[in-house]
Amino acid sequence: MTVHQMPADDTKPAYNYAYLDEQTKRMIRRALLKAVAVPGYQVPFGSREMPLARGWGTGGIQITAAIIGPADTLKVIDQGADDTTNAVSIRRFFERTADARTCEATDEATIIQTRHRIPEAPLKSGQVMVYQVPTPEPLRRLEPREAETRKMHAWAEYGLMQVKLYEDIARYGEITKTYDYPVMVNDRYVMAPSPIPKFDNPKMHMSPALQLFGAGREKRIYALPPYTSVKSLDFEDHPFRIQSWTQPCGLCGAGDSYLDEVVIDDQGGRMFVCSDSHYCETRRAEGHRGTMLGDAAASGLVEETTP
Amino acid sequence: MPAETMIAPGFADPVFQSQAAFRALLAALSEPGMLQQVAGEITPPEGLATATATALLTLADYETPVWLPEALRNGPAGAWLRFHCGAALVDDPADATFAVIDGTADQPKLSAFDLGTDQFPDRSTTVIVQVAALENGPALTLAGPGILGSRTITPQGLRAGFTDELRENRALYPLGVDVLLVHGEGLIGLPRSTQVEEAR
Repeated sequence: MTVHQMPADDTKPAYNYAYLDEQTKRMIRRALLKAVAVPGYQVPFGSREMPLARGWGTGGIQITAAIIGPADTLKVIDQGADDTTNAVSIRRFFERTADARTCEATDEATIIQTRHRIPEAPLKSGQVMVYQVPTPEPLRRLEPREAETRKMHAWAEYGLMQVKLYEDIARYGEITKTYDYPVMVNDRYVMAPSPIPKFDNPKMHMSPALQLFGAGREKRIYALPPYTSVKSLDFEDHPFRIQSWTQPCGLCGAGDSYLDEVVIDDQGGRMFVCSDSHYCETRRAEGHRGTMLGDAAASGLVEETTP
Repeated sequence: MPAETMIAPGFADPVFQSQAAFRALLAALSEPGMLQQVAGEITPPEGLATATATALLTLADYETPVWLPEALRNGPAGAWLRFHCGAALVDDPADATFAVIDGTADQPKLSAFDLGTDQFPDRSTTVIVQVAALENGPALTLAGPGILGSRTITPQGLRAGFTDELRENRALYPLGVDVLLVHGEGLIGLPRSTQVEEAR
C-alpha cells in the first residue's frame, strides 16, 4: 500500500487482488505450467507466509489465489463438507480478498478447493480441482532424505513402494493404506493423491477436470491435466479395491457415496452419513430419505426436507 | 522523441489481464492442441505476436532469462521486454527460461534450449514458436495427457523437420522443452508429454 492509496472509510483494505502480490502469482503460475507439462512431478515453489498457519491449506490457497479471477465461482470443501471450519474460513478469505463468488453446488463451481475429498457429483471439463496437500512426497515415510527421494523419482525407482505394499499383504493379508493411497501417473511418476480416501482414487483417472495440488509447508506444486492416466498401485493377485459399507447413508439413502461413521449415543449406537454434504442435501431435496432421517430431524441435527 | 525509441505500453490493468492470460496459457498446456485466445488488449512491439507479448508480460520477470532472435533482441521488442518485465535477455538459448523463435527460422533447434535435469525437469525452457497461422496447414495428430483419444492441429509455417524435433523432445520425457505455437491472439500448447505425429 503506497501513501496515495490510503483507504477511505467505505473502501476495503488495500490488499492486492487475491491477497498475493503479482510477482508471487507469476512464480506460482510458472510452477503450475511446468507441473501440468510433467503430470505427477512435484515442482518446488517459493511458498509464502499466509494469514493462517501452515497445515491449514496454505498450498491450496496459494494456487487458488494465483488462478482465480472475476469470472470464477469458488467452492471450498473440507472432508467433503461445505460447512466446516476450514472450508468456511477459506471461502470467507477469498470473498474478502478476491470478491469471489462462492457456491456449494459442485456443478456450478469453476474452482473447487478441497481438503481430503473429491465431490461425489461427477466433475466437468473446464472445472479446476485444487487439493490441499500436507505431504506431497509419497516416498517420504520410506525414505526421509529429500536428496534420495528426488533421485528415486528421477530414475523411476519405485521398488521400495512396491515392497511396502507387499509387506502389508504379507503381514495383514491386504494393503492397509486407506487414504493417501499412492498412484502411478501417466506411467511415469508415483504421486501422493493427498489424503483423500482410496474410495476417491478412481475418480482421478481420466477426469475431465484439471487437478492441481499445493503443499504450502513442503513448498511443492503438482498437477494432473484432464484425461490423464492415474492408476492406484496394486498387484495382479491383490487388485486395488475401494471401501464399501454394509448400509447406505442414514439421511439420504445413498449407496454409492463415501460414508462417515457417526457415534450417536453412549450405547454403541452409530449411523453412517455421506461425507459430501452437498451431495447428501441434493439427494434429500430430490426426495431420497434414509432410515435415520426422522430421528435426525427430531434431534435438530439436520433440517427436515419435504419429500 | 523518434518513434523507434518509444516503448509501447504493456497491460493497462496488470492484475486482471495477466490472470485472464494465465488461464488461457494454463488451458493451452493442460489440454494440448486446443486453440486458446488471449485478449487483444495490448499493442505488441514489432516482431512479437499479441499472444507472445501477452504470455511474456504474464510470466516473465527478473527471475526468468529470456532468449530472443538477435534482430528482436536489439530492436524494440528487446527494449519493451526489459522495460516491462525486467527480464534479462540472454545470448545462449540454454540459459533461457522463456524463448521466442520464428517457426521458419532454421536455428536454434529445440534441443539447443534448456531441457531440464533428471532431478529437476521443471527447469527447462518454455519455447514460444511464432507461426504463420494456427489453422489450415498440414495436419499433426496429438496424443497424451490432456487429450481424450487424439486431437488434430493444423499449424502453418513450421520449419522442415520440426515434427521430428518434437518427437525427439517427447522421447526425452520427463525432460524436454514445452512449446507454445502462437499466431496473433491465438495459441496452442504442446507440452513435452504430447506425442506428435504427422497425419497420413
